[in-house]
Amino acid sequence: MTRERHYIPESRQREKPKSKYFAIGHSMKRVEDTRLLTGSGTYADDVSLPNMAHAAVLRSPHAHARIVSIDKSKAEALPGVLCVMTGAEAAEVTGPCADFSSPPTTQHCIAVDKVRHVGETVAAVVAESRYIAEDACELIEVEYDPLPAVVDLEEAVTSTGDAVLHPERGDTNVAHHRVIDFGTVDEDFAQADLVIERRLRWPRSGGTPIETVGATAHYDRGTGKFTIHANTSMYNYVGWLIAVSLKVEPHRLNIVPTDAGGSFGSKLFCHKVCTLAGTLARAAGRPVKYLEDRIDNMTSGDAHGSDRVYDAKLALKRDGTMLSMRLKVIDDYGAYFQYGVGQHGNAMAQVTGPYKINSVQVDLTAVFTNKCQQGAYRGFGSEVGNFVIERLVDAACEELDIDPIEMRRQNLIEQDQFPYIMPTGNMYDSGNYQAVLDEALGMIDYDGWRQKQAEAREEGRYIGIGISTCQERSVFSATEFWMWNPNETPGFTLSSSPESVSVNIDPTGKAFITLNAPFWGNSPETMAVQVLAEKLEMDPSDISVGYADSDKGFNSSGPGGSRFTVMIAGAVSGAADVIKEKMLRVASHMLEADPSDLEFRNGSIGVQGVPGKEKTLAEVALHAHYFRLDLPEDHDLTSGIDAAYVYDHPVTTMPSEDRTDLGIFYPIVGHMCHIPVVEVDVETGKVDFLDYVAVHDCGTMVNPMTLAGHVRGGTVNGIGSALYEHFHYDENGQLQNALLSDYLHPTPMETPVDIRVGHVETPSPFTEYGIKGGGEGGRMGAPPAIAAAVEDALKPLGVKVDSLPLTPKVLRGMIREAEANGG
Amino acid sequence: MAGVSVTFTVNGREVTATVDPRTLLVHFLREHLKLTGTHIGCDTSQCGACTVHLDGRPAKSCALLAVQLEGAEVTTIEGVAGPDGMHPMQAAFKEHHGLQCGFCTPGMVMMGIDIANRHEAPDEATIRRELEGNLCRCTGYHNIVASIAAGASSMRG
Repeated sequence: MTRERHYIPESRQREKPKSKYFAIGHSMKRVEDTRLLTGSGTYADDVSLPNMAHAAVLRSPHAHARIVSIDKSKAEALPGVLCVMTGAEAAEVTGPCADFSSPPTTQHCIAVDKVRHVGETVAAVVAESRYIAEDACELIEVEYDPLPAVVDLEEAVTSTGDAVLHPERGDTNVAHHRVIDFGTVDEDFAQADLVIERRLRWPRSGGTPIETVGATAHYDRGTGKFTIHANTSMYNYVGWLIAVSLKVEPHRLNIVPTDAGGSFGSKLFCHKVCTLAGTLARAAGRPVKYLEDRIDNMTSGDAHGSDRVYDAKLALKRDGTMLSMRLKVIDDYGAYFQYGVGQHGNAMAQVTGPYKINSVQVDLTAVFTNKCQQGAYRGFGSEVGNFVIERLVDAACEELDIDPIEMRRQNLIEQDQFPYIMPTGNMYDSGNYQAVLDEALGMIDYDGWRQKQAEAREEGRYIGIGISTCQERSVFSATEFWMWNPNETPGFTLSSSPESVSVNIDPTGKAFITLNAPFWGNSPETMAVQVLAEKLEMDPSDISVGYADSDKGFNSSGPGGSRFTVMIAGAVSGAADVIKEKMLRVASHMLEADPSDLEFRNGSIGVQGVPGKEKTLAEVALHAHYFRLDLPEDHDLTSGIDAAYVYDHPVTTMPSEDRTDLGIFYPIVGHMCHIPVVEVDVETGKVDFLDYVAVHDCGTMVNPMTLAGHVRGGTVNGIGSALYEHFHYDENGQLQNALLSDYLHPTPMETPVDIRVGHVETPSPFTEYGIKGGGEGGRMGAPPAIAAAVEDALKPLGVKVDSLPLTPKVLRGMIREAEANGG
Repeated sequence: MAGVSVTFTVNGREVTATVDPRTLLVHFLREHLKLTGTHIGCDTSQCGACTVHLDGRPAKSCALLAVQLEGAEVTTIEGVAGPDGMHPMQAAFKEHHGLQCGFCTPGMVMMGIDIANRHEAPDEATIRRELEGNLCRCTGYHNIVASIAAGASSMRG
């Protein structure tokens, strides 16, 4: 698709990639580790306030029902119980939870009148201990009038009457439907020699971190102010919406972030838990802690992942040239719609993958069902897109008898085509996809494995090799959340998604960085330290990092969408420029030299070309802090050295009115090639990994050690999605596997002995130092590669992989069916 | 509910308390003793984030009652190192990037020390088998296995 060059805004990059770095690119040991290793972290459940009480919730046993009556008298009479709240009572003082869908969808922190999924909170108890609160929950008597449970996503499309979850949005469970043609789809399909069609099913799974969500809230009656400690994110971006729910002005809510024991997207906002804890604290007149237990988290944590069925088509020429795609998708959003179809906005960032595909049509239907609602999970919808396109490409290879590697080589976007505008309007900033493929093939010994595969087949063993070449978009922009909204109800069309930091240099010359977003389980402190050390040529051990609450913080979107490292780097770099300028001015007076003749060198500021004529950062800092009268009269030259800096998204443009062009919204685009080698035990259906190579190009690497950690961890999340994980609801809407005994995370026994990680570095021309995000990549690349490997292993039986997860039971069923069909 | 008195040793210090008999050891450690390094993840003894040492062997503190501990010796993550520095197993986790969010980490370290105590030079397969009761959602286990192997090696000196 051709667009004018001026469509791409000019780069705001100030720090160019370098051939040699002082601190960036080093596998520095993590700043975060010592406190976490010694048990000194402060996670949500580690917060303890004076006079604190504890809450527990009563969960709905029904998927869909009217609440006829609630008798809480026995619960209230239990010694140690401070307060029991129903949804109706809570709604008198607290409004609905924050919601980003348009038209809006109403969810309360305690259900009002109706429950819409199993596990939804029906009442909450505050007591002297969690034990007593749980006891009291059992004494609450609720009468329900069951309504039809909507469980199947395709049946949900035609629901009417009592089966409709949100009648105020119309007599339908279709939450959203829109068809958009990006480019010349009809013309491109008309030119095709063949069209590959697959019906593909992506199962509902979730981030399910080991730590659940929790909040400890305090309401100060004297000031009318809430303080809420929680393992939330986005609190310095949209945290004020929790104040709106609590019906106080935003400045009367301070959100204090705790460490998060993993998120993987699932703790993006956690506003329901914060709203509930705040509501209960105000009612009880005591600080209240509410921490989800495991069942709360699985059934009502508002963080299930995508759950989609696709009718997907890929149009090609007979020589393998890919032309266009048609994707008809239904996505099961569950009972509420907190982020609208943001997950599909996201997927549009790379819907045609790394290929020179000219156009795409997307026909999107989102439905309500009686399940826990969707939230974010590593990939936020884009991982499903990668699965779909890679399955289509592999099917095309089969149909056209073209080698999967040759097919990819032929269609990958070429190095000289960047920046590349893909059909939806998003930009791929840079890349070298052939180099990533070459690196992966070299590492895996592809030909060697093909040889071993052939030999193994002679012995009746089923070895398979899969390949995926996928995009890993990074650095989300806010437009993804609303771009799909109907034109008549566009919603809140925000265009800002900044990140900010402040930096203080103390009188001894050491630095303190304040992030305005939380520790989410990744390495933000290490990233910030490495970037500041780079800028000031400082010893990294002279820098420490803290996290601002919402009283002190300023606009920061927080981690998510593989953006944090890129955005922190931008913010730290900007703040460091201010610091440097000030230090140079102070040093220039001390050294009696012009600031332009000075340089930062290894912990000092010195006169260029004059070794020895220098002042240490400590000397300059002391001077700046305490010897104001030694400096000239100058309005800007105030005492001390500190800076705050807001780094806006590096490159965003708005979507067009008709949405056939979504603008640039996810432009810092990495690429990966995953090649797993698997062996399928056809007797048991168990899949073992014989080898696994994952090569990623995330631009300039700040810390290869932590990046490799992300790649491996994300890949294992992808292994879970591909082989084991699935929230299984029965026909009544009961979640059958709400514990980690039944919802199967990969353990050390299911994961490859070594996921061999390789890197290619193609710096972004748009970000500081050319860094790209790599937080989600592993999970975005592993599922299609594993699906391909399993299909390849079972090729002699004619098994086709169209749905995940490929559990042993599922695989045995497929093998049995294939054998019955004479495979 | 009548309290029951229990006396046991935690991190080398004798503790006597009167507890509600249903109090889980993990809650006793976290809420009564404020030793919050021992974590609760799954509630059902799958994840191992609550692993402590009980009389020198690993135990899931979410599956024990505090009153069962009469006379026992318990070590938590806060008790494995001296006042300064880290235990060699903790140091190995830092060196080999064996943690990301850190939530499963205390349990992994406690299990790692136990593996090292019971195996002369645990190999990769042994370590993986021994970790069947500990879940990590961040790392993919690769670096945890490497950390435990290295930690075991430093413990032998």
